[in-house]
Amino acid sequence: MNNHSILRVVSKFMIPFIMLFALYVQFHGDFGPGGGFQAGVIFAAAFILYGLIFGIENARKVLPASATRIALACGVILYAGVGVAGMFLGGNYLDYNVLAATATGGQHLGIFLVEFGVGTTVAATMVTIFFVFAGQDF
Amino acid sequence: MAMTAFAIIRLRNLFAVVMLSGIFSLLAASLYVLLTAVDVAFTEASVGAGISTLLMLATLAITSEYEKKSERSTLLPKIIVTVTGAVLIYGTLDMPLYGAADAPSNLHLIPRFILQSGTEIGVPNIVTSVLASYRGYDTLGETVVIFTAAIGVLVLLGRGRNRWRPGMRKPVVPEEREEEV
Repeated sequence: MNNHSILRVVSKFMIPFIMLFALYVQFHGDFGPGGGFQAGVIFAAAFILYGLIFGIENARKVLPASATRIALACGVILYAGVGVAGMFLGGNYLDYNVLAATATGGQHLGIFLVEFGVGTTVAATMVTIFFVFAGQDF
Repeated sequence: MAMTAFAIIRLRNLFAVVMLSGIFSLLAASLYVLLTAVDVAFTEASVGAGISTLLMLATLAITSEYEKKSERSTLLPKIIVTVTGAVLIYGTLDMPLYGAADAPSNLHLIPRFILQSGTEIGVPNIVTSVLASYRGYDTLGETVVIFTAAIGVLVLLGRGRNRWRPGMRKPVVPEEREEEV
């Protein structure tokens, strides 16, 4: 799809807004509909769109395989790590109350970090699956 | 939605089937909006209509666009599907009406979540607080499932993809391209 100039221009224009919307969904999930899962999918969609229009090779230059693999693991580690941090601070596993001075503050922080972990893993997963599928150029 | 489902069964062109399943997901998402489950609708629209359609298209690109005609008899599957569908519909007859205040699901945990989560969690979106805090273990499990899916795809397709396997279209020249995936 390298030669469709309309697609190239429009997607170049759209991709920043898709990413911005993903970040909005990620960090506004406490207040409106959305959260890590949806945000991760939308964020991955930006990279997948780039890969579709400009080719997988170019998309891999932006987001190398090592980066997605590290992000893949980091999301789960962040989620599980929040739980372990709660244990070290004297609560149960995945108990966010102890993370900050007040219980609701701890909950806010915990939910924020956990959702961020979910978003990272989901985005990396979607990008990985698509690139691996689309990279099968046989 | 029923019409889309029938069209999906009848069509042999898999490209059209993928597109129709995307439309089906989008209709399901609108249904969830009507049921005021916006978070679920959001997920359905982005995952069901967006990403899974895309992944299906990517799969079609490496397989065939047309479904092979099956030679086997379809009578037994038809009977099984009809009986299962009838049992499921029979099961819905006992369900309480949508939004009924005395429904069991509205009596136990939901009032507690609605009344307490404002002071306990302090997050305005109750869905988020249930998902990430009250049901933190479940969400952790879901995240691990997604992680496992990616690992599975990487193991199956990402590593030894330069080796020839039965079912591939043609042997691929071995190259040192492992790190690209």
